[in-house]
Amino acid sequence: MAEAKRCAWLTPSRHCGKARRVTQPLSFQNMILRLHDYWSRHGCLILQPHDMEMGAGTFHPATTLRALGPDSWNAAFVQPCRRPTDGRYGENPNRLQHYYQYQVILKPSPPDLQELYLGSLAAIGIDPLLHDIRFVEDDWESPTLGAWGLGWEVWCDGMEVTQFTYFQQMGGFDMKPVAGELTYGLERLALYIQNKDSVYDLAFNDAGVTYGQVFHENEVEMSTWNFEIADTDSLFDQFRKHVAECENCLAAKLPIPAYEQAIKASHVFNLLQARGVISVAERQAYMGRVRDLAKGSCQAWMDRNGWAA
Amino acid sequence: MTDFLLELRSEEIPARMQDRAREDLAKLFAAELAKAGLVASELVTYATPRRLTLIARGLPTETAAVSEETKGPKASAPPQALEGFLRKTGLTREQLVERDGVLFAVIDKPGRATAHVLAEAIPAIIRAFPWPKAMRWGAASTTMESLRWVRPLQGIVALFGDDVVPCEVAGIVSGAATVGHRFHHPGIITIGNADDYVEKLRACHVIVDQAERRQIIALGATMAARKAGLELVQDEGLLTENAGLTEFPVPLLGRFDAAFLDVPPEVIQLTARVNQKYFVCRDADGALANAFVCTANIDASDGGAAIIEGNRKVLAARLSDAKFFYDTDLKVPLEEQARKLDRIVFHEKLGTVADKVDRVAKLARWLVEEGIVASSAPLPLAGGAGGGHVPLANASDADSPSPNPSREREGELSRADLASLAERAARLCKADLVTGMVGEFPELQGLMGGYYAAAQGEDPAVAAAIRDHYKPVGQGDDVPTDPVTVAVSLADKLDTLAAFFAIDERPTGSKDPFALRRAALGVLAIQTSSHLRYDIQAAYEAWGRAAGKEWLSIATGLEHLRYFFADRLKVQQREAGVRHDLIDAVFALGGEDDLVRLLARVHALQAFIGTADGANLLAGYKRAANILKKEGFAPSSPLPSGEGQGASAPRGEGDAQRTPDHPHPSDASRLPPSPEGRGDLSLSYTPEPAEAALANALDSAEPAAAAAIGAEDFAGAMAALATLRAPIDQFFESVIVNDAHDDKRAARLALLDRVRAAVHNVADFSKIEG
Repeated sequence: MAEAKRCAWLTPSRHCGKARRVTQPLSFQNMILRLHDYWSRHGCLILQPHDMEMGAGTFHPATTLRALGPDSWNAAFVQPCRRPTDGRYGENPNRLQHYYQYQVILKPSPPDLQELYLGSLAAIGIDPLLHDIRFVEDDWESPTLGAWGLGWEVWCDGMEVTQFTYFQQMGGFDMKPVAGELTYGLERLALYIQNKDSVYDLAFNDAGVTYGQVFHENEVEMSTWNFEIADTDSLFDQFRKHVAECENCLAAKLPIPAYEQAIKASHVFNLLQARGVISVAERQAYMGRVRDLAKGSCQAWMDRNGWAA
Repeated sequence: MTDFLLELRSEEIPARMQDRAREDLAKLFAAELAKAGLVASELVTYATPRRLTLIARGLPTETAAVSEETKGPKASAPPQALEGFLRKTGLTREQLVERDGVLFAVIDKPGRATAHVLAEAIPAIIRAFPWPKAMRWGAASTTMESLRWVRPLQGIVALFGDDVVPCEVAGIVSGAATVGHRFHHPGIITIGNADDYVEKLRACHVIVDQAERRQIIALGATMAARKAGLELVQDEGLLTENAGLTEFPVPLLGRFDAAFLDVPPEVIQLTARVNQKYFVCRDADGALANAFVCTANIDASDGGAAIIEGNRKVLAARLSDAKFFYDTDLKVPLEEQARKLDRIVFHEKLGTVADKVDRVAKLARWLVEEGIVASSAPLPLAGGAGGGHVPLANASDADSPSPNPSREREGELSRADLASLAERAARLCKADLVTGMVGEFPELQGLMGGYYAAAQGEDPAVAAAIRDHYKPVGQGDDVPTDPVTVAVSLADKLDTLAAFFAIDERPTGSKDPFALRRAALGVLAIQTSSHLRYDIQAAYEAWGRAAGKEWLSIATGLEHLRYFFADRLKVQQREAGVRHDLIDAVFALGGEDDLVRLLARVHALQAFIGTADGANLLAGYKRAANILKKEGFAPSSPLPSGEGQGASAPRGEGDAQRTPDHPHPSDASRLPPSPEGRGDLSLSYTPEPAEAALANALDSAEPAAAAAIGAEDFAGAMAALATLRAPIDQFFESVIVNDAHDDKRAARLALLDRVRAAVHNVADFSKIEG
């Protein structure tokens, strides 16, 4: 097993020298820079990742909290996402327990949001007369955030590269006005742009560093920890403490720190899931607990800003 | 006459909603027109991902002028009443018309321009549109009252003849402009009228007609497969879905790594279909080929090479994930997986899935040990050997067991062996619920367990039972016939039914959250197909023992379960053309827990009622029953309600082996009261000939019918009843029941009561309609 993993780890680096071509496609990091440039030109604040473990960019307070209320809000940022159960010990070319989302939130949703989005694909070099771009129904729901929206998963040649959502509710509150959210799967887009089969073979920059060199070992070790090593007693304990601390913050009417505790509780719950110690029956109860924390934080945020539901 | 074109353009409409949306658009439009007294000669609707279109042909340019008359007060009414009426109608006294002393207001309404009607209709239709899920969007959504549509509405084309019908909805103003294909022709197109709409869009890479897109995909996919020397696996659902996902469909065939064919074909097909909306292909031998057909929405500049490559990559990623699950699952013995079922709650009051499995295993064993499910045909009614695919009813010779070629060891499979196999299969049947593959594709439950069991060296019969034990899942699904599968499938469904009935969770109205109706239909299908005989009470008691002591105290659902099965039997038999009232008529006798026997009786009854004798006997019965009812004559043999004569006799052990030569004691106990007992009282008068003839006929018909029923010869029982027909007719023709003499009256009523009782031994004719 250890041998196999080591080989998988070595494979991408052996190829990295050959990946350089005359007409070089966008590297992973240049793709991000292009998106930053594009959305900056279209009026978005370019924010940085939130410094906490979370399962999706939607958890970033710049999305969850800022989506609420009447104020206009346009922002774009990269958010690292952690989904412990998706770990594959670095052996699956497409599944990772840690990956990046590029998140754009526009409130109110502009009338030409689809065209803006397609413009961003063009900016990173996707030709819609060469690649089949499709908007396929996908109603989005986050039970842990008490949020839902309608929209699509955007397909590029059959691969879901973006989640495109018109938020209708967040934290149990109706959106007034509705925000549009774009969530790009950066690794998947890069696979297309660079025409690679494995995420580990992606060129991270133009100087020969691959995604595998940066992250493969991380996937191997984190998968092992997520699935096998993480101390479950400690995790259960952490969950309880984050819940208590969130409630402590809510009592003090501090929505932002309360929400951060909700994010932490959510991630600990995900880790417990990966360790397989939460039964199906308990699962609902845990998710309900996290949802209460997130909703409570949103409520406190609305209250603090003086917004009516 | 003029044509009208309406196009409602929006961001991508979900494929599954488009057909319904076309219907709703036509319905709403027709209703709006009807309000103005307009009818189109033809309504055509189209849907693409980005537009919902209606063309109404043959509309007049104006609505007809109408004259409306409103009734007012009497001419002699007080002035206040008249004033009120004038105010309401806006007329003066002189303008009213008087007729027969009553005043009428006659208002002539001139015709309206149809364009005006349409201008009002369009916003009304949009606002009332019943999307299954609608949303708000944009700057207007600061209030909850903003327009809701399936996805943001982008434009309205409304042309009556060549003229725009001016209207506005949520800031969107109608016009003649639309757009073509999102990528091939993103610019504005101006539509002239309803006649050039389809062709102008076609020129801009939009095939408006969904049926045409469907056709293009069907043909293109079939041809692409043929060109590759393969045969497309047809899939109507995929055709419709892909037609709903494209405005300019281009089917493209790609290949995937043949190494993935190690994964079960069902998994590949499901992955391709559900996740990617691809068709799959078969090779010349009928095996799944390493090819897929995707449907692109563009005429790609490179002929589709990049699209095929991209889709291949996605499918490869999906299949490698599936292969990961499959390989990982294969390494874990099902027995070990089964132990994890105690983590899955089946129902909060019914414990975990592990608890359910334990009950099912015991019940499956019981079904075999009782001889209810046997490795060869257990009963006399059907005959033939069990196990094969030939329905048992078709086999003719009951006494010579025909060897089943598909299972050589059939003959030597003892009851004990069969019981062990059934229990083993039952204990493993839910284990795949905790496997990675079923976690990813819940619809593969059973099937994956079957694959894993076979790969892990379980008996083939056990693997097949795991695979098929959910069957039948609906009308038309395969009904298991292999005895091991039958035992597990039946036990699983009986457990579900018994358990939910025991905790009083019964279906009500349209609510059946635990799919108990389907489970009951499954039980009936298996029973009738394999001619299994057992009684419900015995099975319920066996379930109670399997469930443990604590369950026995609440096992009160038996009576409900009986009626539930009778109801389901009606549903099942309706398909086969069996009248529900005849099932009621037999079921009303009560105490019949053997559904196979019940059904045999119903069939005989239906055949009999169809004859002249049957119809006349029914008429005679009804006449007798009416007289008895009118005279308040208490039935001498009250019909049992549910619990009944004979039902209490314990059944079970002997049932399956019972033959016509050995009438069951419980049937004998349902014999009519002996003639000496009543009815043939020594009369105080000389009976009229028809009266005596009927008594004599009853004397012979009663024991004949009873004997026939005891022997399960229901046709014979009907024949015995048929002998009563002529005497009854004769009786009603020449005998007056309501005689002045109390003695005569009482005796004749008693005679009619005997008729009723005799008939009730066969079926409760009062339940029969007509």
